[in-house]
Amino acid sequence: MNEATADIDLQEETSGTVKKFMFVNRKAPYGTVYALEALEVVLISAAFDQDVSMVFIDDGVYELIRGQSTKAIDMKNFSPAYRALEGYDIEKLYVDDESLKARGLSTESLLVPVEVLNAAQMAELMDQQDVVISF
Amino acid sequence: MLHIVNKSPSERNALESCLRFGRNGSAVLLIEDGVYAVTRGNAAEPKVKDAMRQMQIYALRPDLEARGMQDAVIDGVKLVDYGGFVDLVAEHHCVQSWL
Repeated sequence: MNEATADIDLQEETSGTVKKFMFVNRKAPYGTVYALEALEVVLISAAFDQDVSMVFIDDGVYELIRGQSTKAIDMKNFSPAYRALEGYDIEKLYVDDESLKARGLSTESLLVPVEVLNAAQMAELMDQQDVVISF
Repeated sequence: MLHIVNKSPSERNALESCLRFGRNGSAVLLIEDGVYAVTRGNAAEPKVKDAMRQMQIYALRPDLEARGMQDAVIDGVKLVDYGGFVDLVAEHHCVQSWL
């Protein structure tokens, strides 16, 4: 094998590796920068054609509330980006049922379609991942 | 799955959430302020003991010692040093650090 073909093999191997990435969101959107940072990392991972899912637990469910308006606090309203995820082939959004209920919320309060999971289902999903990154 | 928690249970709910989503056979490693959770009399003790029935609970000894809590560790919690920390990470398919 010469150097040129070795290069090609390497490229094919790299582009063929798809891992299951899960991004766990546990923080409310504007009090800290975690939610926005998570979103940016998710968009980057999508550019690498990985199998990405996003999970919303605890105060992370507040990230998805419909009707956010940040004009008066002079911060960027990044909530529309969750709606754009679909365009990047990120369609697996999961929300923890207990976290919703503990905050008086339902899926009707959310700005994107999500799948609601109980703790056991969520745990199973986490266990299936290759990489879990928590925010 | 190895779960790592570095926050005191009285300051954040990271451990509580972690235990809620931990499965049979998972491991939890407490480091930094997270080690307070495995000390006797802490409000988190019942939850930790409950979790120990289906998960292995570890704590980083240097962090316990730094906080003077090394003699107050709940029975059944396994103490590891930095080498043990590395072993745990290497032994598990996936690591989740709860922030």
